[in-house]
Amino acid sequence: MRPEPFRLAAKGLIDRTKPLNFTFDGRRYQGFQGDTLASALLANGVRLVGRSFKYHRPRGLLTAGPEEPNAMVEVLDPGSALQTPNTRATVQELYDGLAARSQNRLGTLRFDLLSVNDYLAPFLSAGFYYKTFMWPRPFWEAIYEPIIRRAAGLGTLKPLNETQDYEKAFAYCDLLVVGSGPAGLMAALTAARSGADVILTEQDTAPGGRLLSQDGQVDPAWVKSTLAELASLGVRIMTRTTVIGAYDQGTYGAVERVGLHLTPQKHLPRECFWRIHARQAVMATGALERPVAFVNNDRPGIMLASAGQSYLHRYGVSPGQKVTLFATNDHARTVARQMKADGVNVVALLDSRPDASTLEDFPVHLNAKITDTAGRHALKAISGSHHGGDFQIETDCLLVSGGWNPTLALACHQNARPAWREDIAAFVPRPGMVPGLHAAGAANGAFSTHGALSEGRAAAEAALGALGITPKSPDLPQAEDAPYRLTPLWQIPGQGRAWLDFANDVTVKDVKLSAQEGYTSVEHMKRYTTQGMAPDQGKNSNVGALAVLADATGRSIPETGTTTFRAPFAPVSIGVLGAGGQGKGFAPQRFLTSDQASRDRGAPMIEAGLWYRPSYFPKPGETDWRTACNREVLMVRGSVGVSDVSTLGKIDIQGADAGRFLDLVYTNTFSTLPVGRVRYGLMLREDGFVMDDGTTARLGPDHYLTTTTTAAAGQVMRHLDFVHQAYCADWDVRFISVTESWAQFAVAGPMAKMLLNALLDEKLGDFPFMSCGPVSIEGVRARLFRISFSGEEGYEIAVPTPYGESLFRDLTAKAETLGGGLYGMEALNVLRIEKGFITHAEIHGRVTAFDIGMEKMIGKKDCIGKAQAARPGLVGPDREQLVGLRPLVQTEIASGGHLFNPGDRVERVNDQGYVTSVCWSPVLGSWLGLAFLKDGRARHGQQIRLVDHMRKLDVLCEVTDPVFLDPKGEKLRA
Amino acid sequence: MRELFAKTALQGQKPLTQAGVTLSEEVLGAITSVACFPGKRDLVAAQLGGFPTPNRREGNLLWTGPEQAFLLGAAPDLTGLAATTDQTGGWAALRLVGAVDPVLARLFPIDPRTLTEGACLRTPLGHMNAVLTRDGQGVLILVFRSMARTAWDEIAHVMAMLQAREGIAG
Repeated sequence: MRPEPFRLAAKGLIDRTKPLNFTFDGRRYQGFQGDTLASALLANGVRLVGRSFKYHRPRGLLTAGPEEPNAMVEVLDPGSALQTPNTRATVQELYDGLAARSQNRLGTLRFDLLSVNDYLAPFLSAGFYYKTFMWPRPFWEAIYEPIIRRAAGLGTLKPLNETQDYEKAFAYCDLLVVGSGPAGLMAALTAARSGADVILTEQDTAPGGRLLSQDGQVDPAWVKSTLAELASLGVRIMTRTTVIGAYDQGTYGAVERVGLHLTPQKHLPRECFWRIHARQAVMATGALERPVAFVNNDRPGIMLASAGQSYLHRYGVSPGQKVTLFATNDHARTVARQMKADGVNVVALLDSRPDASTLEDFPVHLNAKITDTAGRHALKAISGSHHGGDFQIETDCLLVSGGWNPTLALACHQNARPAWREDIAAFVPRPGMVPGLHAAGAANGAFSTHGALSEGRAAAEAALGALGITPKSPDLPQAEDAPYRLTPLWQIPGQGRAWLDFANDVTVKDVKLSAQEGYTSVEHMKRYTTQGMAPDQGKNSNVGALAVLADATGRSIPETGTTTFRAPFAPVSIGVLGAGGQGKGFAPQRFLTSDQASRDRGAPMIEAGLWYRPSYFPKPGETDWRTACNREVLMVRGSVGVSDVSTLGKIDIQGADAGRFLDLVYTNTFSTLPVGRVRYGLMLREDGFVMDDGTTARLGPDHYLTTTTTAAAGQVMRHLDFVHQAYCADWDVRFISVTESWAQFAVAGPMAKMLLNALLDEKLGDFPFMSCGPVSIEGVRARLFRISFSGEEGYEIAVPTPYGESLFRDLTAKAETLGGGLYGMEALNVLRIEKGFITHAEIHGRVTAFDIGMEKMIGKKDCIGKAQAARPGLVGPDREQLVGLRPLVQTEIASGGHLFNPGDRVERVNDQGYVTSVCWSPVLGSWLGLAFLKDGRARHGQQIRLVDHMRKLDVLCEVTDPVFLDPKGEKLRA
Repeated sequence: MRELFAKTALQGQKPLTQAGVTLSEEVLGAITSVACFPGKRDLVAAQLGGFPTPNRREGNLLWTGPEQAFLLGAAPDLTGLAATTDQTGGWAALRLVGAVDPVLARLFPIDPRTLTEGACLRTPLGHMNAVLTRDGQGVLILVFRSMARTAWDEIAHVMAMLQAREGIAG
């Protein structure tokens, strides 16, 4: 075969100086710059491009645009093992080295083993699965579903991480014009001349819409000068950009194909997701031609007339050697005439109308019906009847035009329904379906070029009116204004299957069966037959299918109505939806000032919220975390340990009402706290459950510093903002997060004071437990708090963040001189469990102050959550209360296990509670646990059975006080 | 004697130029949050020589919230008029110079054309809380210090993608 046997000389908008090589199913072909994969395949005589979804019927191109239901291929990424499935060959631009593969087949495309389904068609009608695979029940998930999925698949994905770049972007404009055909161009020109800020989007590679596929509609010079003028007026013309949804308040989602038409390049985004905010919008999205349902209307070589016209005019490809047309309207005449003029052999035009003209340069047969077609891998012949009797025509290409459907999905995205227009037998948008969105041109049912231009101008004028801009409207250029003259024809009765939805293999018979079985609502029919649920979302079939349904149920089409149009208008890759959220974009990483110092010491970092904190600091020879952890615990209890605690939330609260405000949000009282003192506080949610705990220091008469847990820092800040704004906006209080402003380090252990004194500019005098004050450390102003989360004599020293790393390294060096050193999160956890201090493992959102033994902290004054905390059921012996656990025989225990009374059956109804935290205490030589146990405080000393099915644990434990070490707090007050 | 070393959030990070934009860490001096107490805005403004309205900067004062601004530089005594808080180390400042609008359109949900000189917005950079302002030199982005590396990476990624786009522009 000579290369490109179907390419016509000197025709089309392709660049013949730039040949491009590509492969399809491993075979090499050549096309040109400006081709789509579809046009290049057609030029090379490749008719068979895919297999249908269910019956695995051989399929060719139906369309030349993004609505294509058949030609879906996998595009292989040359740089990696990745592949992009379900790429529409009609949208995929050709690039040098493009490698594509047909999909949904078993074997080769020509000999697909699953095409056996086609012969089983009598058994595979709509509803087949629901009726057939009901028994035996377990077979569905194990056997039937996997087999059906394999057979009825679309493309396949490689189970690999997406590594390529995707972009997101925001845009703002006065007027968004969707579509750059004559209506869109005119709308954009009108608005731009009037001074509006305009964005013009076009899903195709170049502006023009149908003007790219057809001669003689409007003077090409007008298009050229208009585009130049738009550019000079600052209109942003966004090609390869599909507006996929109309959202609230003038927000439109749009997907731009950035690198998909090129060989992949580093950092070149494949696509960009645009969020466009437009004050007004014009929907000039054009119309899509619709097929007619006749028997075997799905063979490769049967395509829409407009598609044939596009391939010819735009790509210089003859859609066949012997072309026949079948039409219900006058538009196809133009196509036939152009074909003829370009030297294509037009065999005949079969016109379904009895009263149309026959005066053409090619044979025209009126009152025509096609009743069957022949040719398995490519169309060979059609047969039927016309005014002259029965016919059989040998033809390799049949161009069908059943009329046009306005592309009105965007107007329906906010759930308004379109109106039926009898004269064009199509749904059209109603005004105001989406506020601020004006339909124009073919999208509004105006199918002539003149109509599009004039509606485009009018829509822009309406939008400008809403914007308060005086329109400076251009004159309309001379344009084609031929009448459409449609006599609708939806289906031709016949023996055999007539396709409505090519993508999901839904036939006229299926829709009729649906009606017969009682699924007469269009929404039920859709779900019963799957019509309109394929990647093309019924763009080619919705109106045809509901016309058949209307006929089958004896209703009119408007009575039958449409299904719901939902965004996205076109398939959108998950990658571009997630643009900006890939990798680290999913969540920011927060690093401590001591981060590098910890990593230098080999500390594995663990995530705490968004923060990265050191887990432990391994010494040479320590092979596991527990060895290091045990050493660090004993170090803190024996000498001194240093730990970065900057992740705790810090909120600076000031004002005459600061104390009053704290009294409102905390269960306990802070207005009475003396300056220079610190107090532990418990904060409840409005529903009375514990939200957070932490310490608050009074730095001055009207100045407090509240700390939160790491995990709840954001939540507490939000809560304080809410309380302030909602309940006491007039109070004299101001607060702001200072978490990031201070680096804070815990210094704990019997030698803590000695270590601090080595660094403080003035030696520490009497500084009792729970006091605070300003200090100076190596010349830098600092804050010192005497608080302890370890049970040891403990301090926290805070310096402005820029000095954090320096202080951390100095503290570490001096601590090591004293026999101490750094401790990580693991040791910190052991230290606090030994002391019975709670974290969010305990205050996990379902516990009350009563549960953790702190109900006495709810004072006499009012506070957020107080009333709710006293509700019946939130206090009393039925509540699970915080206790300690020690296994009777030393064996590992785990959090997550549940508690049962010895002797009870281990089942849900006997559940007594659960374990929240455990550790091995190197100090006490025992496993320790914190748990919530029914009436736990009254059960100290009793035995309880800890069962953990996950870890296969069954351990008898003693219930104890949750404070295991130094219950009187003598050490921390030392 | 002062022996502690101060470090910036991205100490040692070299400026990055791509897509006609240069990204660098800017070392700001002192930052003081000034939050006017109820009814004291005018008195604060008199002390500071002005106070910014929402989404604006006024001199060295960046609007950051209702009746709240960040003062770049040392604050006078505002006792009783406003809550002042030292925020100096809490923020990393990133400077964008050059053709910044395409970069901004990919980072912030704002119209970059409205970020004129003197504008100051609170707006998210991805999942990060940011303060965004434009001055005579270019655009200044303030993010939490702990998140500076992520912010840098995200901005640099956007610049790399824009640079790649320039490479294909016909």
